[in-house]
Amino acid sequence: MMKFERYEWVAIIIMISLFIFVGFIQGWSVSLVILNMCIISAIMTMGVNISWGYAGVINFGVMGFLAMGGLAAVLVSYPPIVESWQAGGRGLGISFALLVVLVIAVMYINKTVIQKRNRYILNSLIIFFGILIIRHFYLNATHNIEDVNPAIAGFLGGLGLPIIFSWIVGGLFAAGVAFVIGKVALGLRSDYLAIVTLGISEIVVSVLKHEEWLSRGVKNVIGLKRPVPYEIDLQNADWFINLVTYLNSSKLNNIVDVSDRQQVLNNLIIDGSGIFVKLSYAILFLIVMLIIFYFANKAQLSPWGRMMRAIRDNETAANAMGKDVVKQHLIIFVIGAAIVGVAGAMLVTLDGLFTPSGYRPLRFTFIIWIMVIVGGSGNNLGAIFGGFVIWFSWIEAAPLTTFIINQITVGLEPTNSLKLHLLDSVPYFRYLFMGLILLLILRYRPKGIIPEKVRHS
Amino acid sequence: MIDFLNSIIVLLNFIIIPGISYGSQLALGALGVTFVYAILRFANFAHGEIMSFGAMITILFTWFFQSQNIGLGILPTALLALPVGIIATIILCIISDKFVFQYYRYQKSVPVVLAMVSIGVMFVINAIIRIIIGTETIKFSDGQKFIMKAKQFKVMTGLNEGLALKSSQVITILITILLLTFTFWFLQKTKTGKSMRAFSDNEDLALLSGINPDRVVFTTWVIVGVLACVAGTLYGLDKSYKPIIYLNLVLPIFASAIVGGIGSPFGAVIGGYVIAFSEIMVTYAYKKFFVYILPSSIEPTGLVQLLSTDYKFAVSFSILVIVLLIRPSGIFKGRVL
Repeated sequence: MMKFERYEWVAIIIMISLFIFVGFIQGWSVSLVILNMCIISAIMTMGVNISWGYAGVINFGVMGFLAMGGLAAVLVSYPPIVESWQAGGRGLGISFALLVVLVIAVMYINKTVIQKRNRYILNSLIIFFGILIIRHFYLNATHNIEDVNPAIAGFLGGLGLPIIFSWIVGGLFAAGVAFVIGKVALGLRSDYLAIVTLGISEIVVSVLKHEEWLSRGVKNVIGLKRPVPYEIDLQNADWFINLVTYLNSSKLNNIVDVSDRQQVLNNLIIDGSGIFVKLSYAILFLIVMLIIFYFANKAQLSPWGRMMRAIRDNETAANAMGKDVVKQHLIIFVIGAAIVGVAGAMLVTLDGLFTPSGYRPLRFTFIIWIMVIVGGSGNNLGAIFGGFVIWFSWIEAAPLTTFIINQITVGLEPTNSLKLHLLDSVPYFRYLFMGLILLLILRYRPKGIIPEKVRHS
Repeated sequence: MIDFLNSIIVLLNFIIIPGISYGSQLALGALGVTFVYAILRFANFAHGEIMSFGAMITILFTWFFQSQNIGLGILPTALLALPVGIIATIILCIISDKFVFQYYRYQKSVPVVLAMVSIGVMFVINAIIRIIIGTETIKFSDGQKFIMKAKQFKVMTGLNEGLALKSSQVITILITILLLTFTFWFLQKTKTGKSMRAFSDNEDLALLSGINPDRVVFTTWVIVGVLACVAGTLYGLDKSYKPIIYLNLVLPIFASAIVGGIGSPFGAVIGGYVIAFSEIMVTYAYKKFFVYILPSSIEPTGLVQLLSTDYKFAVSFSILVIVLLIRPSGIFKGRVL
C-alpha cells in the first residue's frame, strides 16, 4: 500500500479543511456543490495526468472526451423513443451497413492494389460515390427522426438503463474516440499533437452539437434520471423525517410552541433533503475517485509504470531496449482518455442535463491542464490536489474579487463609474487568477505543488 | 451566356470575395504564429488574444476619435486608430516577453513548456480584455459601408445576380498586400531580416557569427505585434468584434500555419487562403450556381451542400489532419524563415 509523506498529509488536510471552512462560512450546501465538482475535476485531472505525467503524451482533447462521456450518459439513461426508431431506424441501419461495406472495400483495395497512384484514385472514387449514396439514406433518416415531436423529442433516445452504468460506457466511448485519434496523430511532435487533439475535440463537440438525431444537439437533453433520491421524495419519506428529527432533537426540544416547532422542522427537512442528495453524490463520486486513484497508483508503481517513465524520459533509449514506444503511447493515451470520459459521464449525471454547446475549450481543456500543472504532473495525489485547489479558487474567485474591489474602492462613491465597471467585470477576474497561478507555478515550482516522487528502483 | 455570367457572379459574391478577405485575415494571423514558431520555437496559444488586444485598443481609440469628431470621411475611423493599436500591441508583446517568455528562453526549456506558458499568458490577456471591454459584440466600422451595393451592380450590368463589395473587404485585401510585401521585403533584403532568417535556420551558427539574439527576438515581437494587431482589427472590422471569437480563431490560424508548413512564412500565407477557401467552399450551398449553369431538366433539387455551415470550424481541422497524415511537413517544407 502507498505511504504518504508529511507534505502530502498536509495537502490532504488542507483540502478537507477548505470544505469545512466554506461549510461554516457559506453553508454546507455550497460546500458540497463545490466538493462534487472538485471530485469530478480531480478525476479529469488524473486522466490527463496519466497520459502526460506518466508517459509525456500530451492530451489537449479533454473537452471532446468529456463530451463523449456526456453523450454516453444520455444514450444509456434516456428512455428509448419508439416513434423515432420507427421513423428513421431503418434508414440509419442501412446507411451504417453501407458505411461498413465502404470501409471494408477501402481496406480491400489497400491490400490488393499495390501501385500507389491507382490506389489513391480508386480509393477516392469509391469514397466519393460511397458517401454520396450513404448521404441519401442518412439524410432522409435523420430528417425523419428530427421531425418526430421536435419540441420534446426529435432524437433516438437511449436505452433507459440506470444512469450509473453510463460511467463505464462513457469511459468506453471516450476510449474508442481516443483510439482513433491516437492512431492518426500520436506520431506527431508534442506541440503539434496538442494542436491536433485540441482541434479534433472541437470536431467531436461540433458533431454532438449538430447531429440532432443522436444527441438533440443545441436543443439539449434535460431531465436525466438521477442515481440518488429526489428531494421531493425524501421530504415525504418517514425515515428521512425521523432522521432529521433525531439529528436535531436537542434544538427542536427547546421550542415549546407546537406550530413553531413544526415550522422549524419543515425548514430543516427541506434543507436536509438538499444536503442529503448532494452528500449521496459526493459519496458516489468519492468511491469512483478512490478506485481510480488506487489503480492509478498501483499502475505507476508496477513494472509497466516504470517502463512508461523510461519512455517519457528517453524515448530513444526505451526503444533501443525493445519497448514498443508507439504502442505504449497509444495505450496510455486511450487509458487517460477513458478516465476523462468517466468524469464526463459523471458531470452530466450530476447536472441531470446534457448541453453540447456548454463544452468550451477554455473551461474544459485549459483549466484541466492548469490543474495538472499546478498539482504536479506524475503524482496522482498532486493531480487530485490540483483539481481541488483550482476548482475551489475558480469558484471562490468571484466572492474574493468582489471583496477586494470593495476594499480598494471603499473611498469612492457607490455610483462611481469605475467602481461599477469593476464590479460588473468580477466574473472575468477568475481568468486573471488562473493565468497568474499557472505562470507563477511554471516559473517558481515547475514540478507542481506536490511533485512527482523520484524513485530509484 | 447571361446564365454563365450570373453563375460566375454568384461564385464571386459568395465564395471568392469573402474567401479572399477571410483568407487574408487568417494569413496575417498565421504569419504571426509562424514568426514566433520559427524564431522563438514554440506554439503561441496566446496569439488569438494578442490579436484581440490589438483590436480592442483600436476600438477604444476609434471611440475616442469619434467623440472628438475626427474621422477619415468615407474610410472607417478605425484606420486612424490602428497605429495606436499597433504600438500598444507591440508593447504588450515586449512586456510579455520580458516578464514571461525570456526566462524560459534563457533556461532553454522544451517547446511544450513554452506552449503551457503561452496558455498562461492567454488567460491573463483574455481576462484583461474582458475586464476592460466586456464580452459584448461591438460593431465599430463607420464611414461608407459598401463600395458597391448588390442593387447598384444589378442596375449597372442588367444581370440577375448582384455583386456586393464591402469597403472592409477591400481595405482588408489592400492592407494585407501592403503588409505581406513589406514583410517579405524585410526578410529578404534588410540586414536585420537576413539575421532573423539565419537565426531561425541555425541558432548556434547565428550566435557564432555575431548576431545579437536579443535584437532578433525584439524585432520578431515587433513584427508579431504589427501582424497580430492588423489581423485582429481587420477581422473585427469585417465581421464584428467579440472577444470569444478570437479564442476560436486560434485554431484555424494554427491550422493555416501547419498546413502551409509551420515556420515557413510563405507557407503560412498560402495556408491561410487554403483554410479559408475550403471552409467556405465545403459549407456553401451550390444550388444557385447549378441552377444557372445546368439546363433546367437536370437542375438540382437539394441545396447541393457538402456539409452544413455548422461544421465550418471542423473543416479546417479535417484538412489539418489530412495534411499531417499525407505530408507531415506541410505544403511547403517549413522550419526556416
